[in-house]
Amino acid sequence: MLSETTQSSSRKFCPPLVLGVKRLCLHSLSQVFLSETDLRTIMCPKYDVLGLGASVQSSVFENTTGSAVLPGALQQQPFDSLAEKPQFPGASAEFVDHLEFIQPNVISGIPVYRVMDRQGQIINPSEDPQLPKEMVLNFYQKMTLLNTMDRILYESQRQGRISFYMTNYGEEGTHVGSAAALDPEDLVFGQYREAGVLMFRGFPLDLFMAQCYANVDDLGKGRQMPVHYGSKDLNFVTISSPLATQIPQAAGAAYAIKRENTNRVVICYFGEGAASEGDAHAGFNFAATLECPLIFFCRNNGYAISTPTDEQYRGDGIAARGPGYGMLSIRVDGNDVFAVYNATKEARRRAIAENQPFLIEAMTYRIGHHSTSDDSSAYRSVDEVNYWDKQDHPISRLRHYMTARGWWGEEEERAWRKQSRKLVMEAFERAEKRQKPHPDLLFSDVYLEMPPSLEKQKESMWRHLQQYREHYPLDHYEK
Amino acid sequence: MFFSKATSIEYYVVLSVHTLVTQGDLHFTNPPEQHKMNLFQSVTSALDNTLASDPTAVIFGEDVAFGGVFRCTVGLRDKYGKDRVFNTPLCEQGIVGFGIGLAVAGATAIAEIQFADYIFPAFDQIVNEAAKYRYRSGNLFDCGNLTIRAPWGCVGHGALYHSQSPEAFFAHCPGIKIVIPRSPVQAKGLLLSCIIDKNPCIFFEPKILYRAAVEQVPMESYQIPLSQAEVLQEGSDITLLAWGTQVHVMREVAAMAQEKLGVSCEVIDLRTIQPWDIETVCKSVVKTGRLLVSHEAPVTGGFAAEISSTVQEECFLNLEAPITRVCGYDTPFPHIFEPFYIPDKWKCFDAVKRMINY
Repeated sequence: MLSETTQSSSRKFCPPLVLGVKRLCLHSLSQVFLSETDLRTIMCPKYDVLGLGASVQSSVFENTTGSAVLPGALQQQPFDSLAEKPQFPGASAEFVDHLEFIQPNVISGIPVYRVMDRQGQIINPSEDPQLPKEMVLNFYQKMTLLNTMDRILYESQRQGRISFYMTNYGEEGTHVGSAAALDPEDLVFGQYREAGVLMFRGFPLDLFMAQCYANVDDLGKGRQMPVHYGSKDLNFVTISSPLATQIPQAAGAAYAIKRENTNRVVICYFGEGAASEGDAHAGFNFAATLECPLIFFCRNNGYAISTPTDEQYRGDGIAARGPGYGMLSIRVDGNDVFAVYNATKEARRRAIAENQPFLIEAMTYRIGHHSTSDDSSAYRSVDEVNYWDKQDHPISRLRHYMTARGWWGEEEERAWRKQSRKLVMEAFERAEKRQKPHPDLLFSDVYLEMPPSLEKQKESMWRHLQQYREHYPLDHYEK
Repeated sequence: MFFSKATSIEYYVVLSVHTLVTQGDLHFTNPPEQHKMNLFQSVTSALDNTLASDPTAVIFGEDVAFGGVFRCTVGLRDKYGKDRVFNTPLCEQGIVGFGIGLAVAGATAIAEIQFADYIFPAFDQIVNEAAKYRYRSGNLFDCGNLTIRAPWGCVGHGALYHSQSPEAFFAHCPGIKIVIPRSPVQAKGLLLSCIIDKNPCIFFEPKILYRAAVEQVPMESYQIPLSQAEVLQEGSDITLLAWGTQVHVMREVAAMAQEKLGVSCEVIDLRTIQPWDIETVCKSVVKTGRLLVSHEAPVTGGFAAEISSTVQEECFLNLEAPITRVCGYDTPFPHIFEPFYIPDKWKCFDAVKRMINY
């Protein structure tokens, strides 16, 4: 039975509000999560709107009869109609007597938190998470294994062996850094470019391939296009094509998990394009209002297929939207695996402790095409892509960090490249030979139980196949 | 000024309190303790039973905390706590998306959409997500613990946006169940079945019956099976098929037909729109040879079209007359013209006459 004292509307801990975000690159995590007051103060420094510099608590207080009184950071104010202060229930603010529009700040936006420079050197040693060598090597190996698998499966689509593929080039740091900061029990909702999260958790190459080949080993029973992975054991909810639909779902899952009191968090990945969908607005608002322990992780990789960010939004990216919902937010260098790790780890700790959502906008770059159906040379220059591939890549930055410590060198690199390629090729060859699932699986799982009408349709299909079997590729399917 | 449909409902339902003891589907080992309840109270009772027995169950939507705009959730927040009965922001796509997430994480999610007319922002979440969750994941994940409730159907003055019956839009989508009760006893049993059912369900509640329909309803939990139509009245000459409010109209038409035409009508309440009970309906049509289907929703692409198509496939040689649909016109639901728009008993009676004389 659940206890009566659920943590619904009280936050356990409110951090002091500290500014210090004038520089473009922010090197200290302790100051980076921006609350809405931070943002307003950045935007209009004259107005310390609460007159406090103190913590913001935006829970609605209920008086003893259960009706809401003023939300606000201050302790419960008695309703005093004679006071010359705004009494509106909708906002906690002072009056102002001259007309001035708040200027959205996009020239000097929310700074980008990073730990390593582009050459993999630690900038501020106190921010180095100082992870053990095995863990860092594991990061590197997972990122490179993903890269290798991407190359081989992209090629296999080109050769007509699988129908479709999406690579993760350039974004490996966002996957591995965030996945490493979570517990295995934390629930993951993804969009479609988060295969590294699943790989980090231990999803075997054979199962990646099985899903892409839609063969008999596919956990999804061959029903979806490639890269629509899912794993119940690894707490990775199956991917679906419609964008941003996972965002309000993640909020609901986090609410359920909050009620279970099991110290789990939900993480929800999406791109900067998906963040334009109505579902994103819905999810952010619900998560904040209903106090859900949830990390919203936006991969801002510069493009939504061919649409660059300046055609996607006019504001300061996605991070700037968080405070609008009352959400603590941060922007990080997504190609810096330690920055991603640190931010996710801290967000996780606080989301669970305080039952509130966090927004992490990981800035990165989509080096590959959107998918095998896309040729990005139609809308961006090869030079631009090369810059990111050569000058600011999460894998090379981590490699520099490792080689600087003597943890990795040419020999290790050669040996690992050979081994990882071998692992992928072997899984690939196995997957190629497997059959497709039994055609009965076309009909099951629509409902938990099969309705009689669907049974009849299935029988009708088999009767048809008996008569016309030579026109159908039955030999490739399990009998 | 408007009266015809509302009074016919009230007349019918109140009068039927004694006869509408549809214990056919209900099996109790001991005689159940019953209370006089209207339809919204029977919904509250079902929700109360659920919250009491299932610690993961939560109810959410716009304005449910104070009791809901139709009073379906009165008292539940005080009884079970504000983490279990809570308001959401005003956003149907969020309500359903949030509900799906709750269900995926293993909680029993009961989402309220304030009017079925406003369910459309959630259409993507329902059709592309909820309905397909189990299938697309190979049964790794599902949102079977999700039930969506919404007030449905005409109310006398609701006009375009407080009167709609959108079941046909959803019937076209495999993976969800759609259920519509005709009375308080039915509502409670069917709602409890939806909540327990391991598939996402949409439960439409005829709003005109919230107060008008009153019955003795068991206090305890009970279920009425889904995907089973109910033959309310046996007959030999024609089958009258409807769901929700329209079932009461059909019963009145049956009485009129018997009295004025000497025609014996079999009246069936479909109850579950999707997956629907093809067997019961076809069995009836094989017997009577005539089928009249009636609903408030516009005739084109309405669910009567699907029923007609299936029944003529299965029972073609048994038909004595073409299957007839008496439905709303292909217009948005009008305000002042409601008395002319709705498929009232005179239109249905006239259709019966034509079919008998075909």
